[in-house]
Amino acid sequence: MIGFALRRVVSMLMVLFALSVLVFLIFFATPGVDPARKMAGRNATPETLAAIRASFGLDRPLPIQYAKMMNRIVITRDIESYSNRGVRVIPEIMAAAPVTFSLVFGAAIIWIVASIAIGLLAASLRGTMWDPLLMAIALIGISIPVFWLGEVANLATQQRWHDTPLFSWVPPLGYTALSEDPVLWFKHLVIPWIVLSVLFVGFYARVLRSDLIESETEDYVRTARAKGLSERRVLVVHQLRASMITFVSLFGLDFAALVAGGALLVEVVFGLPGVGRLTYLSLSGLDLPVIMATVLYGAFFIVIASAVIDILYAWLDPRIRTS
Amino acid sequence: MAALIVFALIVVATLLAPVYASRIAQTDPFRSNLSGTVVINGTEVPVIQPNPSGLGSTPIGATFGRHFFLGADTQGRDVAARILYGGRASLIVGVAAALLTCLIATLVGLVAGFTGGATDAVISRTLDIVWAFPVYLLAIALSTSLLVSGLKVGPVEVDPSSLLLPILIIALVFVPYVARPVRGESLSVRRREYVEAAIAQGAPRRRLLFKEVLPNVLPSVIVIFPLMIATCILTESALSFLSIGVQPPQASWGTIVNEGQTQLYTRPLVSIAPGLLIAITILVLNVFGDGVRDALDPRAKIRQRKRRVR
Repeated sequence: MIGFALRRVVSMLMVLFALSVLVFLIFFATPGVDPARKMAGRNATPETLAAIRASFGLDRPLPIQYAKMMNRIVITRDIESYSNRGVRVIPEIMAAAPVTFSLVFGAAIIWIVASIAIGLLAASLRGTMWDPLLMAIALIGISIPVFWLGEVANLATQQRWHDTPLFSWVPPLGYTALSEDPVLWFKHLVIPWIVLSVLFVGFYARVLRSDLIESETEDYVRTARAKGLSERRVLVVHQLRASMITFVSLFGLDFAALVAGGALLVEVVFGLPGVGRLTYLSLSGLDLPVIMATVLYGAFFIVIASAVIDILYAWLDPRIRTS
Repeated sequence: MAALIVFALIVVATLLAPVYASRIAQTDPFRSNLSGTVVINGTEVPVIQPNPSGLGSTPIGATFGRHFFLGADTQGRDVAARILYGGRASLIVGVAAALLTCLIATLVGLVAGFTGGATDAVISRTLDIVWAFPVYLLAIALSTSLLVSGLKVGPVEVDPSSLLLPILIIALVFVPYVARPVRGESLSVRRREYVEAAIAQGAPRRRLLFKEVLPNVLPSVIVIFPLMIATCILTESALSFLSIGVQPPQASWGTIVNEGQTQLYTRPLVSIAPGLLIAITILVLNVFGDGVRDALDPRAKIRQRKRRVR
């Protein structure tokens, strides 16, 4: 077990290194890309360019630039924004992370409950008109662009029907920390939670339904039926439990990807000051340190999360350790 | 089948965009028209009307008539015409990116799975690293770095406003999602008897790859293709919504949704119409993709992780 964990950690470190090199190369060594020119503007004189290169260390060889950059991001953690000189990037990300986490966590609860309910319902109603109908709704949920759904939700809850009892409780766009006012925190996040979860409800319900139907022919299902268990018990206790393996492994990756910055579009539409919105705001100013730090934060989060999941799996299921 | 017809209708409609703009709406959807006027029901009204309060101005709303069918945007441009042109850009980027992804991924996956050994190890690790990236973050990183200065590789120079850049970026991001199943499949095909028979006959490597292995891997790529178009269109619209996809003067559906954001409460149709079209296009592509999958592969073994993109 310890051997497996060590091997997994070593491979994780290698992937982290490769990721950071890749991100660095994208920003500083893509053919035709010149970060100094971005900072100086389009009509800068060669002298200005040279001065900027020198002051940001952009005239040094690439490996040294990389080492300095990583040192400032990971070890001294004092990398500063290009656009707002003096603003440190890492504390900004740390302040934004709880917002993203609140958003993703609530959405995850909705999508787990709703997709299991829809998946079970569709599988148990197979052969009736309800199964294709539920699956059609799930497919529609998958097809709606999330940023547009967010705008439509804003239009409905902030303006069109805001004066009706239905949505009069919705506060203006923004965010309140959980520690400040839990009720307002909840009110701010309900609509974003629902909007973010729609896609995943549709996707997970479809996966779950097809898994449940596939397991119909398995031996353990036949055995359970032969024991004389009720159909409902077979479905919920035996089939659902087996299908949860795919469900959980999908969930781990999706959750990590969302916390890592995948919730960006929802954060932007609802004005939630999370990590994704931080990336978005630095896009227009081409604030490279912020973009690079948030991208690295996201990639690191995913790689570390998937290593943790693997180690947990290996702890739960000894067969994985040797494979 | 109905899905395919709807998709064909959307394609034809967007192809007719120039006809609509020049003949019916009689506007240039890419030129701002702040002081223009339009004749509606015999009276001439300004396209951008000053507000009665004196603060700001409101573009003309949807007339559902010949001119400004869906109203004007803040620049006074005909939204309906822009949406048709935008659909063209969205579809071109989506289809081209999906084609490019499948092409690169098939080649890469085929070579990795068939050759094995060190080549396979290098390719697989590289794919793993790209795969570890959240799709949007990688696309954002590439876009911010490429869209400002354009891409210069040797003598080839790609202008930042060209549609080629979003195509390249999106295609690159999704390569691992297609290449991984292709690699797995060509790995298993390689050990089949007919491939061994061809090896025993002394067939050259190129023949083995393209005549023996490729035809057996192709069905799974074909199954992925329509779903890949849907995913690419969705990604393109999201990037354009964040203003790092299709660049002005070009516009795509995502760009128009983004531009309509400022008018969301006064002229909601500007944002809602293009978004609805994205949703319909993605929906029919998904339905069609499901149909193709059921027809070609009843076991539906490749459950690709295509929806991780958010």
